[in-house]
Amino acid sequence: MEAHSGLEAQIGQWRGYVARRRAISPADLDELEDHLREQIADRRAGGLDDEEAFLVAIKRMGNLDAVSREFAREHSERLWKQLVLLPDSAPDTGSTPWRELAVVLSLAVCAGLALKAGFTWLGEDDVLVRNLGLLVLPFVGAYFAWKRRITARTVIALLAPFALLALVINVYPFAPGGSTLILAALHAPVILWLLAGVAYVGGRWRSDGRRMDFVRFTGEFAIYFTLLGLGGAVLIGLTFAVLQLVGLDLEPVLEDWILPFAVPGALVVAAWLVEAKQDVIENIAPVLTRVFTPLTIAMLLAMLVVLTTAGGLVDVDRDLLILMDAILVLVLCLLLYSLSARDPLSPPGFFDALQLVLVGAALAVDAVMLAAMLARIAEFGFSANKVAALGLNLLLLVHLARAAWLSAGFLRGRREFSALERWQTRYLPVYGAWAAVVVLVFPPVFAFA
Amino acid sequence: MRIDKDLVAASATPLVLGILESGELHGYAIIKRVSELSGGDMQWTDGMLYPLLHRLERVGYLRSDWGISEAGRRRKQYSITEAGREALAERHGQWTVVAEALRQVWHTAQRPPAAEAGWA
Repeated sequence: MEAHSGLEAQIGQWRGYVARRRAISPADLDELEDHLREQIADRRAGGLDDEEAFLVAIKRMGNLDAVSREFAREHSERLWKQLVLLPDSAPDTGSTPWRELAVVLSLAVCAGLALKAGFTWLGEDDVLVRNLGLLVLPFVGAYFAWKRRITARTVIALLAPFALLALVINVYPFAPGGSTLILAALHAPVILWLLAGVAYVGGRWRSDGRRMDFVRFTGEFAIYFTLLGLGGAVLIGLTFAVLQLVGLDLEPVLEDWILPFAVPGALVVAAWLVEAKQDVIENIAPVLTRVFTPLTIAMLLAMLVVLTTAGGLVDVDRDLLILMDAILVLVLCLLLYSLSARDPLSPPGFFDALQLVLVGAALAVDAVMLAAMLARIAEFGFSANKVAALGLNLLLLVHLARAAWLSAGFLRGRREFSALERWQTRYLPVYGAWAAVVVLVFPPVFAFA
Repeated sequence: MRIDKDLVAASATPLVLGILESGELHGYAIIKRVSELSGGDMQWTDGMLYPLLHRLERVGYLRSDWGISEAGRRRKQYSITEAGREALAERHGQWTVVAEALRQVWHTAQRPPAAEAGWA
């Protein structure tokens, strides 16, 4: 069948519409789409044009509510079993769920062992702090490397930067407790996470679509990890309380054994959970962004009012910069996750406008703070911390300003939504590059202080 | 002629099983075959076929495999299992009894069914 863009768009919309029904799984949707396309092709061969053929095919498909009810009756499990731990439709995907579970659990245990080994042999101080990310995050990457069956070339492309990072972090003569050490320890996980992202996308890191998938994954991952953490905290708290009644102190066991295994284990398991339920339920992150976007706007506007009426900042230091960075990162996350969940074909709507307001408010607050700070920064000179915080602030500022510009264009109908989406995914590696600069270049420049 | 909904539902399973007995097919081909066999009189709601196929697969009458269509799309092909053949043979027996009984009814009533339909 030759390409007909109008028809393709219609089929895409239909697909999106059907995909919202939980009773119809993505595999069923593929099956229905194949059917629809064949029906259309036959009708076109019979002399109908695209539009007519599509309408007839849709009509023949039947009332979607009735069809979806029929699917629900046959697949009742889909409506409540939202989290497929061991899907019994294994032949569809060709993977064996038990094997995957075994791989996930052993990786989780290995991550725990690595961290425990770190605690035992690296001591409790600086050496351990800078190696924390290196000890744990590779196991998340390894899970995806296994899951995506990445090529040997990609493995090497991942291992080389990892080795370099490990080498630099451990060979640089950092001053104990110095700020370049803390900065390196904070930024190394960013690089590691992006490397895990390369594994997540199966080595196809140039693809914008796959990068967006990774953004989605990151959002869902954060939510799952938090949920696992909360659940674990409740369990530990209860155990603690009961054991105290009989006079046993859990604390040494908790510090030495439970936490070193539970936290890295939860990281790997959270990654797996996001994978496992990926196509089963609607993503949570976009729902949360809908709730928190208006609230964040209110927060930012309140800040703006306070900042402009208070008449100058009392304490301007790097803490303020770091605070500002945190606000911008929050806004960026809200923006990214709602963009990642948006249907690229739907026209601009109220929520898109709301997002522009959010970004605009964040930029305004940041501008007021930066203006107040610039003079002070010059006055006190540059420290590693200030440069790192300021650099990140500038990166975020550029990212958000351009996003605001593009989304204004989109709202006025001058630009495609895809331009906005592309900007987000293209900009992501910049953060990795900046993190690499902070880890590799900052320490020598600031004399490892 | 419009076929009554209940009749379509009752005949769907033996039709699908019977059509698949002569070889592996995907959903759209099954629908087309039903339409051909009935001279275009039996029009199924396309979307309803798939839950039926999935049910027959779940009870073990059918087996499915993902293949690739001529256009390069993922396509699910259904084939009949041994249990499916047995079920088909049983249905065949039942339908023969029903058809034979009906034939005798039409015969003794001596009235063409078309006249009845005209009043409906």
